Amino acid sequence: MRDLAEAALNAAQVKGAGYADVRLDERVQQDIVVKNGQLAAVEDDASEGFGVRVLVDGAWGFAGSARLERAEVEEVVERAIRIARASARVRSAPVDLGPPVTSHGQYRTPLERDPFSVPLTEKVDLLLRADAGMGAVKGVSIRESSMEFIRQKKIFASSEGAFTEQELYESGAGIEATATSPDEVQNRSYPNSFGRHQGAGGYEYIIALQLDHHGQRIGEEAVALLTAPQCPSGVKTLILDASQTALQIHESCGHPTELDRVFGMEAAYAGTSFMTPEKLNHLQYGSPKVTITADALTPTGLGTFGWDDEGVPAQRSFLIKEGLFVGYLTSRETASVLGQQSNGTMRADGWDRIPLIRMTNVSLAPGDSSLEQMVAETKDGVYMETNRSWSIDDKRLNFQFGTQLAYEIVNGKRGRMVKNATYAGITPEFWNSCDAVAGASEWKVWGLANCGKGQPPQVAHVAHGAAPTRFQHVKVGILK
Amino acid sequence: MKSMEVSRLTDEGALKRFMVGVLERSPAQQTEVMVTEWDSALTRFANNGIHQNVAERNVSIRVRVVKDGKTGVASINQLNEAAATDVLKRAVAIADLQPRGEVVPMPGPAKTQQLEAWSDATAAATPEERADFVEVVCLKAGRAGLKAFGAFGTSAGQLALANSLGVFHHQRSTQATINSVVMGEAGSGYADRGAIDVRELDRNDLADEVIEKAQRNQNAQPVEPGVYEVVLEEYAVAEMLEFMSFMGFSALAAQEERSFMRLGEQITGDQVSIWDDGLDRTGLPASFDFEGVPKQRVDLITRGVASGLVYDMQTATRAGRQSTGHGLPAPNTEGPFAVNLFMQPGTAAKAELASDIKRGIWVTRFWYVRIVHPKASIITGMTRDGTFLIENGRITRPVKDLRFTQSILEALTGTVALGRSTKLQVAEYLGGSRVPPVRLEAFTFTS
Repeated sequence: MRDLAEAALNAAQVKGAGYADVRLDERVQQDIVVKNGQLAAVEDDASEGFGVRVLVDGAWGFAGSARLERAEVEEVVERAIRIARASARVRSAPVDLGPPVTSHGQYRTPLERDPFSVPLTEKVDLLLRADAGMGAVKGVSIRESSMEFIRQKKIFASSEGAFTEQELYESGAGIEATATSPDEVQNRSYPNSFGRHQGAGGYEYIIALQLDHHGQRIGEEAVALLTAPQCPSGVKTLILDASQTALQIHESCGHPTELDRVFGMEAAYAGTSFMTPEKLNHLQYGSPKVTITADALTPTGLGTFGWDDEGVPAQRSFLIKEGLFVGYLTSRETASVLGQQSNGTMRADGWDRIPLIRMTNVSLAPGDSSLEQMVAETKDGVYMETNRSWSIDDKRLNFQFGTQLAYEIVNGKRGRMVKNATYAGITPEFWNSCDAVAGASEWKVWGLANCGKGQPPQVAHVAHGAAPTRFQHVKVGILK
Repeated sequence: MKSMEVSRLTDEGALKRFMVGVLERSPAQQTEVMVTEWDSALTRFANNGIHQNVAERNVSIRVRVVKDGKTGVASINQLNEAAATDVLKRAVAIADLQPRGEVVPMPGPAKTQQLEAWSDATAAATPEERADFVEVVCLKAGRAGLKAFGAFGTSAGQLALANSLGVFHHQRSTQATINSVVMGEAGSGYADRGAIDVRELDRNDLADEVIEKAQRNQNAQPVEPGVYEVVLEEYAVAEMLEFMSFMGFSALAAQEERSFMRLGEQITGDQVSIWDDGLDRTGLPASFDFEGVPKQRVDLITRGVASGLVYDMQTATRAGRQSTGHGLPAPNTEGPFAVNLFMQPGTAAKAELASDIKRGIWVTRFWYVRIVHPKASIITGMTRDGTFLIENGRITRPVKDLRFTQSILEALTGTVALGRSTKLQVAEYLGGSRVPPVRLEAFTFTS
C-alpha cells in the first residue's frame, strides 16, 4: 500500500502537480435487519480503492479507482492531472493551502470488542429479543431492528511529506415500532431515529444500549400515539430531549458554520449560510447558555479520528462561545482565505470522493439545569422527543422539525401525550431564546450517520453531544 | 488525447462469463449475481470558476444466495477471480450462520425489451468539454454582473443481473446532468437539464434561463404566509412526485398500511394522471429491475383515481401476483420503488398558467422537502431560487422564500391546469420523472 501511495505522489509531481495527496481506503461493513420477528437482511460489503487529488496551476483535479494496481495508479494520476488542467482554464483565484501539513502516525478507534469478531448469531439473537418486546404490544404493526458495523482502514500521504494510517470502527443499532390506523402512521424508535444510534467503538457500544429492555416501551408509545390528541398549535415554551437538540445543533449550527458553504462552494446544492465572515465575533448567535464546540477528540463520537483527510490533526475549537459566534469549521483552502489554519474537518466518505468540510463532533456544552427542573419551571409548554422530520432553508435560517413523541407541559407538570408534534423558528431567534440546558449527567453523544453534502453526493457520519434544552416563545403545532 | 477519456467498462461477454462462473461455483440452491460498473466525472463550479473536478471508476459485485431456506448477501468492488471466490464465500457463510427466514424468490427467465439508453458522446465526454460548457455559463453570468454555481456531470455505466434460474440481463446507460444556481447581490435563480446524450444539453439555453431567473429574483420582499393559488414549475412538480413515490406508490407501503393510496377511490383532481414506465424512451429507460424482472408500465393515478401500485418479488409473492419490475437490490427491506414517473400534461402554455390568477405565488423549485404525515401525504419544505407574486394574471415581483406545509393529495385535488410541455427531471440517486408545470388552486405557506 505504501508503495502505491509513493508511486502516486511521485507520478503526480513528475507530471506537474504543485501539490498532491493520495488516500488508500479499505472498508468493510455489515448490516443486519430483523423485521417482524424474522431476519430480513444480512449484508456484508467490502470496498477498496484509492483517490488522487492534485493541484496544477492553482486548480484542483481528482480521480479515483477501485483497481489497486501500479499501472492503474499511473493512469489515475494522469487523469487527475488532466482534470486539474481543465479546471485551471476556468478557475477563480488560485488555491492557497496555507502552511504545509506533515503529520505522521497511526490511530485506531479505542474499542473493547471487535464487532467483526462477534458471531452473527449473537447479534441476531439480541435483535430478535428486542423485536419480541415490541411484538408483545397489541397494535404494533411493523417492527424493525437493525445493527451496522464498519471498519475502515485508510492511508493518507501527501507531497508535503504527511503519512498517516488509521483504523476506524463504528458500531450502531436501533429498534423501531410502527402502529397504523386508517388515518395515522405513528412510530417510535430507540435510542434515536434514522434507524440507529451509532458511535465510534466496538460491540460494547451495542451492549450498552440494552435494546431488549426498550422494545415494549416504544411499542406501547407507538400505539398510544394513534389515539393521542394532536399537538396544540401556538407559541409556547419548548423543551427538546437530547437527541432532538443534537439534530437542532446539526442543522442550525453545524451546517451554517461550514466555511465552504459560506464561500458559496455548496451554493448550487446544499446551499450557503447566513453566518457570513463579517458576523464572526459579532453575531450574538444564541443566549449566554449556548456554547458549541467542534471536537474531533470526543470519545465514541462518529467525528472522532486521528487526522482529517488533509492530514490535519484532530482538535477541539469553539464555534459559539456563550452565545457569540466565534469560529468556523474549516479546511486548509478555506481557512487560508481568512488568514487562519485548518481546524481539521475535511473528510471524504470513501476513496472515490474528495474530502469536504464536514462536522466532527459538534456539541452543545452541558448547562446547570435538568429536564425535571425545566419541566417544573414551565407553565405552558411542550416537551418533544426523537426526531421524525426535519427541514431547513438553504441559508440555515428558517427551520421546521417534527418529533415522534411529545407531551404537553401545564403548570410545571408533564401532561397529555400529543401526536404529530412540530415546531418552527428562525435560527438566531431560536438559540437566543434558549434559557436552560441540562447538566453533564444528562449530556450524551448522539451519532448521525446520514449527513448528506456535495456533488457527487457524500454521506458523512458525524456526532453531537447534547442534553435536554429549553427554548421560549416557540411556534409549535404546525400541521398545515 | 480524447480516446483516453472514453469510459472504460468491462465487455459484456467477459462480464457474463464472470457472472456465470460465480453461479456455477455456488453451493447454494439459488444464487443471484448483480454487477454494476460505472465511470463518471463531475465538474463543479462556484463564483464563476471551477473549484472541484472529479472522476471515478468503480464496480460492485453483489451476490445473493439462498441455502436451506436462508439468505445471505455480500458485495465486493473488485472484478476478478479472487474477489468472486471471496464474495461468494462470505454470502454463503452469512446464510449458513443464520436462522431460517422469509425467502424472497428469484425470478425465472423472461424476455426484456431492448432499450437504448447509451450515448457514445456522453461516454467519451472529456474534462475539457465539461470546462468549456461551464465556462459559457460562468462568462454569461459574469457579464450580467452575477455569479454562477453548479455542477456538470457525465457518466457511463452498466448493470448486469444473472441468477441460477437462467436469468441474464444486461444494460448499458449514460447520463449527462447540469444544474446551476446564479446569484446576484440580492437573489438567485435556478435551472437544470438532464439527458442520456450530452449533446442535447444546450449551454446557452441553460445559462439564459438561470440568468434571466436570477435577474428577475432580486430584492425579494416578504409576503404574508397563507393559502395561495400557485403555479409550480417542473422542478417543484417532479419533487412532489418523488415524495408521492416515497410515501405511497409502493405495494409494501400499502401492505403495511402506511400508504395514502386508496385503490379505486378518487384521491386527486380528475386532470391528474401519474404512471411509472421504465420502458418509455422519453424518460431514463431501463429494461429490467434490480431483481432481474422486466419493467412494466404501472398506472398509479388515473384521472384522479388511485389505480395501481408497484411491486417487487417479495410484495408480489405476498399478494399472489407478478412483480411489476420495481425491485431494489437485495437485501431490501424498503420495498419496491417507482423511479420512472410520468405525469400527464395538459393543454396550457407554461406562461399562460398564471393568466387569470388574481393573487398567487409562482414557485421555481422546492428545497429540503420532508414528510410530516405520510398517510395524509403532508410534506414541508421551502421554496428557493425564484419565488414570485402573481397579481391579476401577471408575475409582478419576487417574494422572499416561503415555507410550505401541505398535503400533496389535497393540493392535486385542486388542480386547475397543467402545462402542455413536459420536462425530464433526473433524480438525485435513481431514475427520473417527466412532468409538466401545474397550477393548483390552494397551497399552504406557513412562514
